[in-house]
Amino acid sequence: MTPVKKFLISPSPHLWRGPSVSKIMYLVVIALMFPSGAAVYFFGYRALSVLGVSVGAALLTEYVCRRMRGHTFVMDGSALVTGILFGLILPPTIPLWTVAVGAIFAIAIVKEAFGGLGHNIFNPALGARAFMSVSFSLPMTTWVEPTGFGVDAVTSATPLSGLSGWQQFDPAAYQAMFLGNTAGSLGETSALAILIGGGLLLGLRVMNWRIPVIYVGVVSLLALAFGQDPLFHILAGGLMLGAFFMATDYVTSPLTNRGKMISGVFLGVLTMLIRHFGGMPEGVCYSILFMNAITPLIDRYTKERPYGLVERARSAG
Amino acid sequence: MLTGQKIGDSDKFVSVPVHATISGEIAGTAMVMNPATARPVEALVVASDGADEWVQLEPVENPEALSPKEILDKIREAGVVGLGGAAFPSHIKLAPPGDARIDTIILNGCECEPYATSDHRVMLECGEKVLSGLNIIRKLLSPEATYIAIEDNKEDAIEHMEDLIVAMGFKKDIKIVPLESKYPMGAERILTKLLLGREVPIAGLPLNVGVVVHNVSTTKAIHEAVVEGKPLVERVITVTGAVNSPKNLLARFGTPLGSLIEYCGGIVGKANKVILGGPMMGFAQFDLGFPTMKGTNSVVVKEDTIVTEQCCIRCGRCIEICPMHLMPTLLAKYARAGRYDQCKAAYVDNCFDCGVCAYVCPANIPIVQYIKIAKRELAKRAAKK
Repeated sequence: MTPVKKFLISPSPHLWRGPSVSKIMYLVVIALMFPSGAAVYFFGYRALSVLGVSVGAALLTEYVCRRMRGHTFVMDGSALVTGILFGLILPPTIPLWTVAVGAIFAIAIVKEAFGGLGHNIFNPALGARAFMSVSFSLPMTTWVEPTGFGVDAVTSATPLSGLSGWQQFDPAAYQAMFLGNTAGSLGETSALAILIGGGLLLGLRVMNWRIPVIYVGVVSLLALAFGQDPLFHILAGGLMLGAFFMATDYVTSPLTNRGKMISGVFLGVLTMLIRHFGGMPEGVCYSILFMNAITPLIDRYTKERPYGLVERARSAG
Repeated sequence: MLTGQKIGDSDKFVSVPVHATISGEIAGTAMVMNPATARPVEALVVASDGADEWVQLEPVENPEALSPKEILDKIREAGVVGLGGAAFPSHIKLAPPGDARIDTIILNGCECEPYATSDHRVMLECGEKVLSGLNIIRKLLSPEATYIAIEDNKEDAIEHMEDLIVAMGFKKDIKIVPLESKYPMGAERILTKLLLGREVPIAGLPLNVGVVVHNVSTTKAIHEAVVEGKPLVERVITVTGAVNSPKNLLARFGTPLGSLIEYCGGIVGKANKVILGGPMMGFAQFDLGFPTMKGTNSVVVKEDTIVTEQCCIRCGRCIEICPMHLMPTLLAKYARAGRYDQCKAAYVDNCFDCGVCAYVCPANIPIVQYIKIAKRELAKRAAKK
């Protein structure tokens, strides 16, 4: 007889295939290295310092909040993702102390106050960006041309806030916008870097294609309908970063594929409405925050149709 | 007491008699935990005399001459139940209520669980008995179509069964369907959908859509019951995982897990979990003296660690993968909060515990466990009414 030993008892299933929550988070961090790299390449030390302060403040706040709420601090990578994302949606010239305030707000108020990872209603980085926009409106709308590691930054308009580019096609300007050599938030300017990072997550099936593809698709269609250049609308502003890295946030987006598709359509419509009729040049941030707010509603009406449901109704009636 | 001797019976509708699986003396009764219901049940302990003396079997010379009633009686008397895992009495499945018309029989050659290879071996080694049993079922139900579902990675079994169908003269009537090997395709409700596009109603049975699904081991048992007059006392069990030499064993019911594992060379390395059943739906056991049962298709030994449940990050993987198209994360959430009515409204009864939701969950949430709790609480409430 096999010698008596103690056996582990646990409920089925007894197999488990990752990825774990932290593995998913670190894959997102790896994907975010591409836009972050572009930010550092185009905006130099400013990008490094903004990202550094944002990540540091986010991690520290997460640690303090978890301890205050009587939990152990687990380095699951979620605060790291929020820290990087928050840094990427800020203007390069933003004062560093406001970056810290924003990152603390993102973690302490938008995330932990609602119950921490998995319970927050709004995307923490975007929630904090909205907070920054009203609290520090001037630095949040001051943009500079990318100068790499050079020091003299020249104030400039972003493609969306400026008037140029709306009407006629300029290959050089489009190329600059695709590569990222234009004014804007740190991580939003390089569509190329976002596509590489986003493509990586799509390929690894960490990210569901429905929200970003439909979001960008609807924006393009509406641009055509408004008689504008769809490519410009895709490359300018925060659409790419928002569609790939913000709107796809698991916690704040709908659960089912159908819900995700609905969310993608609404996001595209809202973004174009704000860009076209709104008082602000950009609408990605508020579109996503608005959709975050109605995600529970979408979830309620997009439940899966269970197997065997129709047949039962038929046989009963 | 002799092997095959009837030692227990019940007059309940959903029941079959129990037979001694070994010859010897009754050594008393013991309480064992029924893993499916987590309730202790009484078990009879038989001390083997080592002789394995059988009762006198009564083979049937000409099974063709039996009436349907006689066939069903023989199946019941032999204690035949569904050997796919649910252990539902076969004679009930084969006698559909008056208004139900069965137009399709599916012989299920798909393994019930990953790691299991018992159905595969049964098809290869007892193919004739399997098909003979299938033929008996066909006589009873006279369906329009008969399918044999086999996983597409078991090419030898597909070939062997095809040859046998020709050799036994069933060529025209029986169709073999290779299926992609993707758990839980062996579950009868999933199989019905895959093969026929028919969905079994919630809380219904395949017979509600004109389908009866039988496992290959079950039809083998039906052949033995009807033709050989042999009661169901043994089955093929896959013993695998962290054992020295994994095997498929023809084992009598009631064999202690420890004996099976010992026969396979004992536990290897740091393995600390013994599972009665497969890795997806099986029950972890703490006692190697626990007996195998009719529904036990495999015994898996593995090393495992204790994991910590994290918060749901709403990634939606469980929803995307659920074969019954449920919302597992919501069911788990409701059950955790004791909101069982909401579980019921979200069709928790549709879940058959396949476990793929928990298998893909990044947050290690024991979703199936929560769902089982909800189902048990709801059943308790229903019983009170």
